[in-house]
Amino acid sequence: MLSYILRRLGYAAIMLVLVSFVSFLIIELPPGDYLTKKLQDLQARGDRSAELRIAEYRVRYGLDKPLMERYWIWISNFVKGDFGESFEFERPVTEILGNRIGFTVLMAVSVIIVQWAVAIPIGVYSATHQYSLGDQIITTVSFVGLGMPGFLLALLVMFVAMVVLGQEVSGLFSQEFKDAPWTIAKIIDLLKHLWIPALVGSVTGTAGLVRIMRGNLLETLGQPFIEAARARGLTKRQVTWKHAVRVAINPLIIILGSETLPSVVAGNALVATVLNLPTVGPLYVLALQSQDMYLAGTVLIFIVAMTLIGSLLADLTLAALDPRIRLE
Amino acid sequence: MSEPLLEIKNLKVEFDVRDGIVHAVDGVTFTINRGETLGVIGESGCGKSITAKTVMRMVPHPGKIPAGEIIYHRRDKYNPDKAVEVINITNLDPHGEEIRHIRGGEFAMIFQEPMSCLTPVYTAGVHIKEALDLHRLLPRKVGDQMAEVISGYRHVTKEEAREIAIEMLHRVGLPKPEQRVDSYPHQLSGGQRQRVMIAIALSCQPAMLIADEPTTALDVSIEAQILDIMRDLQDTAGMAIMFITHNLGVVAEMAKEIVVMYMGKQVEKASTVKIFYESKHPYTRALLQSIPKVGKRSSGRLASIEGMVPDPFNLPTGCVFHPRCPSYMPGKCDKIVPKWQEIEKDHWVRCLLYEGV
Ligand SMILES: Nc1ncnc2c1ncn2[C@@H]1O[C@H](COP(=O)(O)OP(=O)(O)OP(=O)(O)O)[C@@H](O)[C@H]1O
Ligand code: SF4
Ligand SMILES: [Mg+2]
Repeated sequence: MLSYILRRLGYAAIMLVLVSFVSFLIIELPPGDYLTKKLQDLQARGDRSAELRIAEYRVRYGLDKPLMERYWIWISNFVKGDFGESFEFERPVTEILGNRIGFTVLMAVSVIIVQWAVAIPIGVYSATHQYSLGDQIITTVSFVGLGMPGFLLALLVMFVAMVVLGQEVSGLFSQEFKDAPWTIAKIIDLLKHLWIPALVGSVTGTAGLVRIMRGNLLETLGQPFIEAARARGLTKRQVTWKHAVRVAINPLIIILGSETLPSVVAGNALVATVLNLPTVGPLYVLALQSQDMYLAGTVLIFIVAMTLIGSLLADLTLAALDPRIRLE
Repeated sequence: MSEPLLEIKNLKVEFDVRDGIVHAVDGVTFTINRGETLGVIGESGCGKSITAKTVMRMVPHPGKIPAGEIIYHRRDKYNPDKAVEVINITNLDPHGEEIRHIRGGEFAMIFQEPMSCLTPVYTAGVHIKEALDLHRLLPRKVGDQMAEVISGYRHVTKEEAREIAIEMLHRVGLPKPEQRVDSYPHQLSGGQRQRVMIAIALSCQPAMLIADEPTTALDVSIEAQILDIMRDLQDTAGMAIMFITHNLGVVAEMAKEIVVMYMGKQVEKASTVKIFYESKHPYTRALLQSIPKVGKRSSGRLASIEGMVPDPFNLPTGCVFHPRCPSYMPGKCDKIVPKWQEIEKDHWVRCLLYEGV
């Protein structure tokens, strides 16, 4: 067990190194990258302080050194917790991400909770009432939810909230609370704003989970052990939850680990952009566009790390829940 | 003197499906006596499993019970002096409390597919405990050892449940029951799983065991062991068995009386000895001829009767067996529907040969 975990962590480390190298290459490759431009700008200014800045960058990122060495400088600093500097913002990446990571995690966690709390009961209802009116409504709605792009839904919800409810919907805080210190009023203001992104962010995922839960459960309900459980005199509810759902839910653990956890880092960037949320997602998109490589590279590495950790956690949880699965 | 436990009277079960109505069970009548074994045999699809499930009120969707009665003579297992209660199972709510009490507690059922009848995420012990929690009470005793009186009943504790589980696994012949009680289904072989199923079924001391082809999926030596265990336990527990099979060799070993079914109808019913040596119905005889030697379990499959099982949506007129019947009487068998009649004491047949037409 322990050796299994250690081995998986070892693989994850190798994977991370590869990913970091590839992402470094991709970001460095195109001509006219951010740093080159920046240096040209500074040179054009030609004053003393600009000269100093250029010299400083040269040393810090080893600009005169070959590619491998530059990569080495970056990655060894990274491990020490120095993620480099964002050229766009001219501030350390740590600081920029630090400002946003709290809200990103808050958003992601609320989305995960909403998704699971809504999807599991609905999926179970849908499967246990197959072809009933309720099931058909759920099926239709969930297909619409699956098919509708998140940003479109975000626009729709914003429209409804603004026009019908008369609420200000952009961002996570009203204007007056944006830079205010934390108070009860500010938290209430946050909650007032939070429901929109949580709802929008949850819809697609919830619809998907409902479909998967329904399908898994229907298959499980057709198994002989369900009939055998009924023949032992269990109530319908006991059969459904203790025997069927308990077996049917296992594959969803994998989804939780490998898809949902990584979303904690970057979330749904498009939706967050539309809703003007101070999360990491929009920042990541921006960084990729402007080749702000240290920022982009850092986010990318965290996404990959979360994916790897998530799938390891999922495998461990699954092994704990399902006796048929053995770790090796 | 044999005392009836379950009387099935003119039972019908129908499935209204797109292509028409399937009469899966069509006027079945028989009685199972307390502590005795009744065998039900017939080819695949003749309605054996549906009959059994109807007794448990577990007819699969979209099945209906348009006619018939299932009368259960209940004797309170914790109060044997109480008068026998008569329950009409066909009138019970299939999701109600009463039928759930009967399922598992009074009629236990084991199925054809032992490989997938245990919930994969629970151990054998958990399965048995679950059944005990639902259906088993232990006496609450007062007084000293000289004069113990049962003052009432209580639920089984966790420790007792484990003890009973180990004891039951021991009785069904599972080696190392103290360890096996914590085994998950995938750690057990098919034969071991069927033993666990029997242990679960018997742990609640049911009045009847419905065994729906319990050994069909097992190989012959395992089958013999399972049958031995069922017979042993039946003797000690005084339990009735409704034994469903399409294996004549097996039914000969187990049953005292046999019902032969064809296309949802019973065609012959008699004691096992009479079925084997004085069978009257041409279908029963064909079944018997299709096994080279009676008593050899391995060869008792009913695969080799001539002709095809008819289309359930397009049943033959008159006697449903007439297209395959070696004694077919043209002009009669394809026109007249034979009646269910007693031609000798306790020997019932549905065939025009015995109607003098
Ligand atoms: N859910 C259902 N819907 C429609 N028809 C059904 C359903 N279940 C069973 N039937 C029909 O009822 C008839 C009897 O089925 P049953 O399962 O009782 O057969 P059986 O005698 O147990 O056969 P086997 O030896 O194969 O187990 C079959 O013709 C089958 O087509
Ligand atoms: S009624 Fe006729 S066809 Fe039917 S079993 Fe008897 S002899 Fe055969
Ligand atoms: Mg069957």
